[in-house]
Amino acid sequence: MKTMVKASIIKNLEIAPGIYEMILLSKELVETGFPGKFVNLYIEDGQHLLPRPISICETDKNQQTLRLIYAVIGKGTKKLSIMKEKEEIKVLGSLGNGFSVGRGNGKNIVIGGGIGVPPLLELVKQLEGSKTVYLGFRCNPILVEDFKKYADEVYVATEDGSEGYKGNVLELMEQHQAKGDMLYSCGPKPMLKAVADWAKENNIDGELSLEERMACGIGACLVCTCKTAEKEGEDWEYKRVCKDGPVFSRDEVIWG
Amino acid sequence: MIKPSLKINIAGVEFKNPVMTASGTFGSGREYGEFVDLNKLGAVVVKGVSSVAWKGNPTPRVAETYGGMLNSVGLQNPGVEEFVKKDIPFLKQYDTKIIVNIAGKTVEEYCAVAERLSSEAVDMIELNISCPNVKEGGVCFGTDSQMAEYVTREVKKYTKQPLIVKLSPNVTDIVEIAKAAEAGGADVLSLINTLTGMAIDIHKRKPVLANIVGGLSGPAIKPVAVRMVYQVAHAVKLPIIGMGGIMLGEDAIEFILAGATAIAVGTANFMNPRATIDVLEGMEGYMKQYGYQEMKEIRGKLL
Repeated sequence: MKTMVKASIIKNLEIAPGIYEMILLSKELVETGFPGKFVNLYIEDGQHLLPRPISICETDKNQQTLRLIYAVIGKGTKKLSIMKEKEEIKVLGSLGNGFSVGRGNGKNIVIGGGIGVPPLLELVKQLEGSKTVYLGFRCNPILVEDFKKYADEVYVATEDGSEGYKGNVLELMEQHQAKGDMLYSCGPKPMLKAVADWAKENNIDGELSLEERMACGIGACLVCTCKTAEKEGEDWEYKRVCKDGPVFSRDEVIWG
Repeated sequence: MIKPSLKINIAGVEFKNPVMTASGTFGSGREYGEFVDLNKLGAVVVKGVSSVAWKGNPTPRVAETYGGMLNSVGLQNPGVEEFVKKDIPFLKQYDTKIIVNIAGKTVEEYCAVAERLSSEAVDMIELNISCPNVKEGGVCFGTDSQMAEYVTREVKKYTKQPLIVKLSPNVTDIVEIAKAAEAGGADVLSLINTLTGMAIDIHKRKPVLANIVGGLSGPAIKPVAVRMVYQVAHAVKLPIIGMGGIMLGEDAIEFILAGATAIAVGTANFMNPRATIDVLEGMEGYMKQYGYQEMKEIRGKLL
């Protein structure tokens, strides 16, 4: 069930250069905030019309809070970043199809890149069995300590070598001879494509969370489509990232 | 005080109120049914339907701009057969009128869709001769008065329902096109479609949209839309469905005062899934505030 709520902001702070953590108080959003789903944040300043789709990083049922981690990438997210504690924000959620927890046989590989890392935290919290997490960043890793609370192993790579392995997340996985029977990933498209190829070569089932520019966020406007396989008589079809995704099966996505 | 009636009649079709959805912003209503009671809407105007499935343009298909947005979806749709099979039965569950927007690359294609829908439970057909995002998506018909008259006349031969012709604002004189559609036999005019625009990402030095250009919508275009409705209303006898940047009931009333019989809510749906109902309530509020009983008391009634 999707609900539109006015949620009060408990916290909105910069946790790394250009990366913010926002904590919202909302019982309704917590109830439906499954791993991999997202919420629409409305800025309501008369200038920025479109909602900002932000993935859910973590939910806390006891505190009834929703944790969001977002990057300031334009004027809209800049506006979000200057909102203060105790202010209210209009939120629609939870949206999209999240990860399916428990699809494998209990040996999970979780791979995150950059601002694609946050939605994997709630997933790792809820996954059963063994959990090996590989996180890649350009620099300034985030959430590493949080992942360590719930995962068996957490490995970090930075492109500038400032922390952990110097290189990308695929090289990091190779170094640690990553193994498992189910893979979950979120990150930039080139990384996801490489992860999908790796999973295919190693014959590992997987789910990937995609990002695309959106307008409505509920599946009506057909703005955020991605190319996917299947459909009788057609080589490919466009699916909606907001409604059919953002999580897709690794063999479903066609990389353009 | 008696509650005002927002009922209207357009080309012989009764609508419970003048609030419609702008084609392409509301799908076939399914997604919005979770937020609004579709029974409360005057009509659902569905996303453009062509004779066969169209895949649309590559992404990014959207760019936000000051007080508006550009889109270049490119009329992605599953084709008329799929639409008839899935969406008409869905919409028939509701007590609202169904208006189907039709798209084509050729006159024959428009006629084929119109003919296919003529025996279906559709209340009106909206002829899209103004989509700026598909080269063949009709805009060549919408920017030339002879072509506009010709395609209207041809499609009219195949429709059993009243025909709305949706006009493009990307012309020197919209009145000329409006008159051509009237001469071709249109029953109703709807205006405006989006204004062609462009946005550039200065950091990548590339257009934001994969299609380079797209259609501008949202409150940024409302003054242009109101002006065009006003001009057309004074030049033709046909009823008008006005649209372009309507966010609130007050915006909708502007269009009615400019001469529109009905209005459509488009981009506002993206900012507020309940926008259609908010607009309707705002219109009722205005009617009550000034003690008007019927829409005709204010339609085109500028002092």
